[in-house]
Amino acid sequence: MNRRAQHGFHFGVCAGFAAASVALLSVELWTGGNVRAAAQPETSATEDYSSPLEVLLSPDGARLYVLCQQSNEVRVLNAASFAVIKNIAMGRVPRGFSLSFKGDKLFVTNSWDDTLSVIDTKTLAVVATWSVGAEPSSVVEDRAGKRLFVANRISGDIAVLDAQTGVEEKRLLAGRGASYLALSPDGSRIYVTHVYPKIVPRQTGLENRMEPESEITVIDAERAVVIDRVPLHAIAGVFHLALSADGRLGVAAEYHPKNLIPLAHVEHGGTFTYSLEVFGADVGKAAPIEVPLDELERYASQPFGVAIAPDKSRVYVTCGGSEIVTVVDVPRLLRFIHAHTGLFAQDLSASANYVVTRIPVGLNPRGLALSRDGRRLFVANRLDDTVSMIDTRTNRVASTITLAGPKTISQLRHGEQTFYTSRYSFQGQMGCASCHIDSTFDGIQWNLEPDGFGRNTVDNKILEDIKDTEPYKWTGTNPNIPTECGPRTEKFFWRSENYDNLTLADLAAYVRSLAPRPNRWRQANGELTPAQERGKAIFERAVDKFKKPIPEYNRCSYCHSGPKGTSQIIFNVGTRKPNDNTGLLKAPMLTNIALTAPYLHDGSARSLEEIWTIYNPDDKHGRTNDLTKDELNDLIEYLKSR
Amino acid sequence: MKKLCMIAMLLIAAINAYSASPASVSKPANGAHKSHAAQAASAAPQVLPRFRFENFTTANGLPNNHVFAVLVDGDRIWAGTENGLAVYENHVWKVYTTADGLAHRAVISLALDKNTGDVWAGTMGGLSRISGGHIDSFTQLNSGLSNNVVYNISIEGENVWIATAAGGCRLNLHTNQWSLYNERNTPMFEIWNYAVSATPTKVFYGVWGSGILEYDQKTAKWTRYDDPDGETETVVMKDQGLIHEIVTSVSYMEKENVLWAATYFGDSHYDGRYWHNFLTKDSGLPSNFTNYVKGVDGKRAWFGTDKGLAYYDGENWFVYRPSLTDGKPEMTVRNAKGIVTPVAVTTAPAHNYILGIDFQGNDIWVATADGLSHGIRQP
Repeated sequence: MNRRAQHGFHFGVCAGFAAASVALLSVELWTGGNVRAAAQPETSATEDYSSPLEVLLSPDGARLYVLCQQSNEVRVLNAASFAVIKNIAMGRVPRGFSLSFKGDKLFVTNSWDDTLSVIDTKTLAVVATWSVGAEPSSVVEDRAGKRLFVANRISGDIAVLDAQTGVEEKRLLAGRGASYLALSPDGSRIYVTHVYPKIVPRQTGLENRMEPESEITVIDAERAVVIDRVPLHAIAGVFHLALSADGRLGVAAEYHPKNLIPLAHVEHGGTFTYSLEVFGADVGKAAPIEVPLDELERYASQPFGVAIAPDKSRVYVTCGGSEIVTVVDVPRLLRFIHAHTGLFAQDLSASANYVVTRIPVGLNPRGLALSRDGRRLFVANRLDDTVSMIDTRTNRVASTITLAGPKTISQLRHGEQTFYTSRYSFQGQMGCASCHIDSTFDGIQWNLEPDGFGRNTVDNKILEDIKDTEPYKWTGTNPNIPTECGPRTEKFFWRSENYDNLTLADLAAYVRSLAPRPNRWRQANGELTPAQERGKAIFERAVDKFKKPIPEYNRCSYCHSGPKGTSQIIFNVGTRKPNDNTGLLKAPMLTNIALTAPYLHDGSARSLEEIWTIYNPDDKHGRTNDLTKDELNDLIEYLKSR
Repeated sequence: MKKLCMIAMLLIAAINAYSASPASVSKPANGAHKSHAAQAASAAPQVLPRFRFENFTTANGLPNNHVFAVLVDGDRIWAGTENGLAVYENHVWKVYTTADGLAHRAVISLALDKNTGDVWAGTMGGLSRISGGHIDSFTQLNSGLSNNVVYNISIEGENVWIATAAGGCRLNLHTNQWSLYNERNTPMFEIWNYAVSATPTKVFYGVWGSGILEYDQKTAKWTRYDDPDGETETVVMKDQGLIHEIVTSVSYMEKENVLWAATYFGDSHYDGRYWHNFLTKDSGLPSNFTNYVKGVDGKRAWFGTDKGLAYYDGENWFVYRPSLTDGKPEMTVRNAKGIVTPVAVTTAPAHNYILGIDFQGNDIWVATADGLSHGIRQP
């Protein structure tokens, strides 16, 4: 599928109508309504696209397994002819998979069902489906075949299961947004990364301006206990991790956001550095070393998948936003690390010492798999439904495997492609998905406005379910999504070319289409728990505990009304800080609020509790100071169910 | 006869299996194993549970000599002190402080999640979890914790049960839900919860001034146990209920359905039907003022009092302490007939004021008001 050809229509429309229709289109866009309903309704869902997210090769190299996130399948291909052997239906939104050590089982995590599917690789049939934690994102079996370790993104833990029965033995605390796992070659250790930074406790009241902190969680595979948490300072968003065959080198793909400084410029990594965390005996240093993948004038945006060549000569990194595979020369990288002391994560000239080449692939490349001999590298291009096969001797795409699916690009699909690409920002530094990881949020507080250090710091909000909750921005000053995604984004973020109007319309349609993921705090039967019921009564109460009426504007249910928990009004709840230009804020929606700590506009409340235990001394953010601690707990239990 | 012999041998084997707890196996000098049951049958214990105490203070690595709690975690020993949480591993003490994320410098309770290996520390300023060397802390402001003064912690399955100065709490580690237990939803008259002992079937809270509360995990029902003599220090109805309302420590032996309870005015043993109480006047308990009790099983327990460390083997009482008169190491044995015999020893716990006890194989670790003691079991 040639993207430019597919979008000839868009460009044509732009060319033909650009001058004449600016006013009309502006009106259309600014209404925030269904801007392209007549041409392609938003309901033209993208469900039929396969959206390959991860790839695996069978131990004998004969089969290529492709995890298709949007069609909810594992597609099994002949790795030589690429003929389809079987498409296996999975649960909702599968996110990760791995083979057993023997290769006789394929384990798949179904992230929206909170289950793990077990596929018999002989019969290619699902032989078991087991419950795991909230939003399982990847899985690995230990070397003995005794236990499975499943990283659960929402519950932020590792479920440890009996590999034969699926019975959960325990849960191990991992980093927030635990997502990716790697087993050391000797089978003794499991390494876990996480995509959201930790919630750092308050010490001075300025923690909303602290750099993010992440970790690599290290598990003793035999004892199934956490034995170390390797700190990653200033890192938020750590994805796949790989270890060399000899176990002496480990690498993880990660983001290094620059959230503390005003977004006054983008160049030279002004907003992000995309890097590799390098560790292990080969590195020879006590702490892991962060090395940038970016170059001086172009970026390795949204690094995700990593693979180390069997001979340890190369590291391959998919960069979803830049639509490339970055190739790193390992001996040169190690020489560089050994020759330099201190930190050089901000030095974008460093990569010239070890980045060999950047291989263009398809749209939003994600998972990758190397053949045993290291000669073929398969890359899942999630947003054009292809798998690139790279010849690692030439570092070129030797062939592109097109997966079955729609032949045309729908509006939503194009909007999603626009959302993930980094091509629109200056020097290709970032895309929407750089901050809205997997179309959600990043758990970071950003200093977005170039109006002074530390002014108007805002917490990044989740995008799911934001349709029809305008106005947008914390201050409610953007009337609709096209304004937010268009002029505002272009001016403050991209500092580069504008979207053409139809691309902007497609992007807005995609953002409006983002459905909320299942709420894990709601019971399956839809009923509230006793604590949630009690909390709901507090949420809706009109009289306080002293029998005094609560003014309508001071009830939880007034500002947080309706199915999404927002009345869309702009209000002052007394949370303005000295560094804020205004205390007037739009009532944020409550959808899946349990996921999105920290809270308040600047992320100063590190937990839901702190909204009321610390930041509501005058009852301006609802009448709450008459509540006992258990009543506040009930209110929070109810809010988590929204 | 053959059957009888077989049963006897099985009994001996079963009792020997208790060697994970100190003072559980007697090993006579001649090398022949003798069961505890056989030992108790005689008037006096034939082999004494003797310990050589090695004491730790600030002089050899502890951050503070006021040790409120001790926890055995395999080869590691955790000590909750007035000035930080210390962990002893490979003969080296490492100290965690508030700079590391500890909720407060005074660590007053400790618990091990045997499943995950995480250690939980109750402090005067919140609850801390130590996992993989990293600490995160829960307070009454940033979480659903009922109160920052965390007197005791007990973990069963995915639930962390917490005793605080303002009621009990349960944190479910899977859902992150905090459930609070206080005078509004339990028969708790006072909310100063000193102790908790949780198992999958029952959870017991020891309440300072409100007796003991039992929570049945299956029925979610609460039962309260009180001193039949009311809130007085008189004991008229001994063995008819809990010895006193001011409960400082509870230790539930789920297997035998036996609860051990310590109070400031004596100690109690409850088997689900009958109470048996211990006072200094009619037992070998060195003091009625008891800070801590830890059961070995339904029959045996260790007691931490203000006048020394005591072990009750079901018949005999053994007391370990620096002498109350001259401070010299002292060990006494009180047999079933009430005869007290001194035993010559050269070491004793660091202090008479005992605040915490834990077992490490046949050894014992003791938190005291003036140091941490390691009781090494002697042959």
